[in-house]
Amino acid sequence: MLKKRKFYLPALAALCLLVFFAGNTTESGYKVGDKAMDFNLKNVNGEMVSMASYEDAKGFILVFTCNTCPFSKMYEDRILELDKEYSAKGYPVIAVNSNDIKTKPGDSYEEMVKLAQEKSYSFPYLHDESQEVAKTYGATNTPHVYVLNKTKEGLKVAYIGAIDNNAKDASAADKKYVEEAVGALLDGKSVPTEHTKAIGCTIKWKST
Amino acid sequence: MSKIIFCFCFFIALCVNALAQDKVEVIKMDALESLIHDTSEGIKVINFWATWCAPCIKELPHFEKVGKDYAKKGVEVILISLDFAEKKEKVEQFINRKSLTSKVLLLDEIDYNSWINKVDQRWSGAIPATLVVKGNSKHRKFVEKELQEGELRQLIDELVDQQ
Repeated sequence: MLKKRKFYLPALAALCLLVFFAGNTTESGYKVGDKAMDFNLKNVNGEMVSMASYEDAKGFILVFTCNTCPFSKMYEDRILELDKEYSAKGYPVIAVNSNDIKTKPGDSYEEMVKLAQEKSYSFPYLHDESQEVAKTYGATNTPHVYVLNKTKEGLKVAYIGAIDNNAKDASAADKKYVEEAVGALLDGKSVPTEHTKAIGCTIKWKST
Repeated sequence: MSKIIFCFCFFIALCVNALAQDKVEVIKMDALESLIHDTSEGIKVINFWATWCAPCIKELPHFEKVGKDYAKKGVEVILISLDFAEKKEKVEQFINRKSLTSKVLLLDEIDYNSWINKVDQRWSGAIPATLVVKGNSKHRKFVEKELQEGELRQLIDELVDQQ
């Protein structure tokens, strides 16, 4: 009996590894043009937020970000600026924090509430505790932006990637990917750059 | 006597400081590209990290250890810091504090999307990330995650064995 067990354990471990790697290598998440799923997540004010409740919105600037990543910190003010600029034009910002709080205690709901108050966030800052939203969208980094556009067939992904091309210095950024994407959508034009790499930290996944 | 000791200590401190200043060379993408595509024999382990990146700092000791262990097999470890160029001193202080002996270069290229694919198409844009290249072959490995010592050894071993 003992011998059998010994054999089973490595086999089971190997199977787990196989499943893990298979799951890892398959392309997951949204690509530009894909229909985007709505969600229902808890905001820092205690209320639940879903995109369906924004009847007048033409789309969204959905930003996967967090409290703790240095790159997210460098973009805090720029995310506020984006909301200020585009909320009234029909593309409000919605920020989502999907980090595992065991790895990053600084990303707990309580810490999110604090940051949103300190920075006077004008947009919802939602806690994706189950990490399902990040997984469905395919967000891997922070900050990682999905510009969504409302169409007859529902919300569609119009841009995925970075906010701009200079994390260090907003004034030195000469490619403002998100602004260009939303600007093009507002003008009824095609988005000039549909995909960039979202430079930053990895989203901290729960260990399963 | 105490004055002499003080002067001596001051002199030593100056020397240590001067040594530290030379530890990090700031490079641009062209220099990194020639490093990656260098065709001379041997294996280069190129690790992308930053002083602000906790998982990077956690895996650095593995790179230090493996670098020493594999030096005789023609393996060189090069640590590419993605800290901003004006934080060079912070990087140098970090190197001193951790007594790092691997070669450290600071890549001063802020427009990531303009160069990141030249390192590897699969790189999503997060660190730590590690590229292992074998100079006189087309063989290469790229991983974008925190490595354990065994995983790093395995990556290198696979390239050592490949002809």
